[in-house]
Amino acid sequence: MTDAVRLEAVDLCAGYEGRRILDGISLRFLPGRITSIVGGNASGKSTLLRTLARVLYPMDGRVLLDGRSIHATRSRDVARAVGLLPQSPTAPEGITVRDLVGRGRHPHRGIFTSWTARDTEVVANALNLTGMADLSEREIDTLSGGQRQRAWIAMALTQETDLLLLDEPTTFLDIAHQIDVLDLLVDLNRMRGTTIVMVLHDLNLAARYSDHLVAIADGEIHVEGTPRKVLTESHVRAVFGLESRIVTDPVSGGPTMIPIGRHHSGRAEKATGTHS
Amino acid sequence: MTEIAQLPVRITAERRAGLASSGLGVVVAALFALTLVCGQGCAPLPEVAAALLGRDVPGTSFLVQELRLPRALLSLVTGICFGLGGVAFQIMLRNPLASPDIIGISAGAGTAAVFAIVVLSLDGPIVSLVAVLSGLAVALAIWGLSSGRSAAGARLILVGIGISAMLDSVTSYMLLDAQAWDRAEAMRWLTGSVNGARLDQVWPVAAALVFFGGLLAGTARDLDILRLGDDTAAGLGVRPDFTRLRVTLAAVGLVAFATAAAGPIAFVAFLAGPIAARITKGRARLPSAAAMGAILVLGGDFAGQFLLPVRLPVGVVTGALGAPFLLCLIVRANRAGGNL
Repeated sequence: MTDAVRLEAVDLCAGYEGRRILDGISLRFLPGRITSIVGGNASGKSTLLRTLARVLYPMDGRVLLDGRSIHATRSRDVARAVGLLPQSPTAPEGITVRDLVGRGRHPHRGIFTSWTARDTEVVANALNLTGMADLSEREIDTLSGGQRQRAWIAMALTQETDLLLLDEPTTFLDIAHQIDVLDLLVDLNRMRGTTIVMVLHDLNLAARYSDHLVAIADGEIHVEGTPRKVLTESHVRAVFGLESRIVTDPVSGGPTMIPIGRHHSGRAEKATGTHS
Repeated sequence: MTEIAQLPVRITAERRAGLASSGLGVVVAALFALTLVCGQGCAPLPEVAAALLGRDVPGTSFLVQELRLPRALLSLVTGICFGLGGVAFQIMLRNPLASPDIIGISAGAGTAAVFAIVVLSLDGPIVSLVAVLSGLAVALAIWGLSSGRSAAGARLILVGIGISAMLDSVTSYMLLDAQAWDRAEAMRWLTGSVNGARLDQVWPVAAALVFFGGLLAGTARDLDILRLGDDTAAGLGVRPDFTRLRVTLAAVGLVAFATAAAGPIAFVAFLAGPIAARITKGRARLPSAAAMGAILVLGGDFAGQFLLPVRLPVGVVTGALGAPFLLCLIVRANRAGGNL
């Protein structure tokens, strides 16, 4: 099924100013799936996402979109196939939700072509889907963090790509808004078949919301696969240097990770001791 | 419901911005006509129109065709160039202080022109060429000196202000030593003036406006997307560095050609964008800033000729207008960051 894979990394090495952060990453992102990239701070997960999105040039290796290197493809053509939501993006002062969302049409517009009825329609759909229609005339600065993130996701939607890359879409959001944003992404995935690749900090949310997990440590893939395969005590120890227990999430039936920490290890040991 | 309730608000806001933009155009036309009509004594509008159409009206024809038309045209095109060049830099660097006249690009063009006139005894188009190349060189130098991860930050502006001060002192030094007739010619490079404008000064600036203005217009949408940040822009198919290169080239070209013809008319590049943004509520930046630039030069020149007790070159008038605005902006910027 190789021909079904739209986005693929081959022996990817990347970094900043001569410092190599990613070292030989090879990955395939299956269409219609939600993949989360997890790993500790400075493990290279954002670097990987930025290289996949063509923001960063790889030092070695290639990123392939439909079998072609994206770094040899026109940026506008890539932008019609792959959408990117960077980590904590900045909106210009005073811009309204509708104006921001409309910016997502940029790769579909010519230099001087005017705004079309179809552009308006796509923007209206994105606003409806993200529940932002009622707030469309509000200025971004006046919104809450969760609403702001919805507006940015709506912008990425108007780009009409079937691949969406998101760098920590839940940072700075409270837990209710984190769930809200992730639910929205699952909606998109189910309703439109959008392939989603995101970097997530929270292992448990990543396990709950993803079909596929990629755990990065020291710029290399430590393990990848289903949440059940990746979320084990030994992998968590290797990737995060953290002792943990993996239990079954009573809501989803999937795995969930309970960190132990220095102050509670005794009780945890005792608890497992009595059970075994 | 909310959408319905908010719709009229949006329409009136947009209409008001649209009206304000076209209002700026009307003011430009009015000031242009005023410059043609008024001089030492006013000529009636029909006579001026007749003279413009090439008919021979005794007295008026010479005044209009030889003196006032070149002056009005030069004011118009340099004003547009300064307005566009200034606002392009301000948008690109997200800081109203980042206009070419504050960060030393105008000063670079001006100093080189004075050097060409006073030291090398050149005149005509070569002076313009020297000014344009030096403007570009200074832009590159500022870029190089302030490079690093935050080229868009305060560092670039501070380096630019330092370079600007240095170049201004070089200009003053050269003028001290200059011959009297050179000094008169070179004086315009200190403040900027459209006195004694000739039609052959207008054409190079007009050509630059078409070429660099066209380049800027073609980049305007990418520049707008760049305001969302480099990563988002890259995700939307915009190449940040390439866009900045095109905008820099276009803005430096516009400002340097205008400076070569009329001198660095003080603060026009700096003022046009922010004033226009305030009037149009931030919409249609490039066209409204272009119109505002023309208004400042035409209006400033008119005020300098007729409204003040002594006749002053336009650069003195705009300079007096700009200095308090600059102060106000610096004070405000410390509290809340720029809003362009």
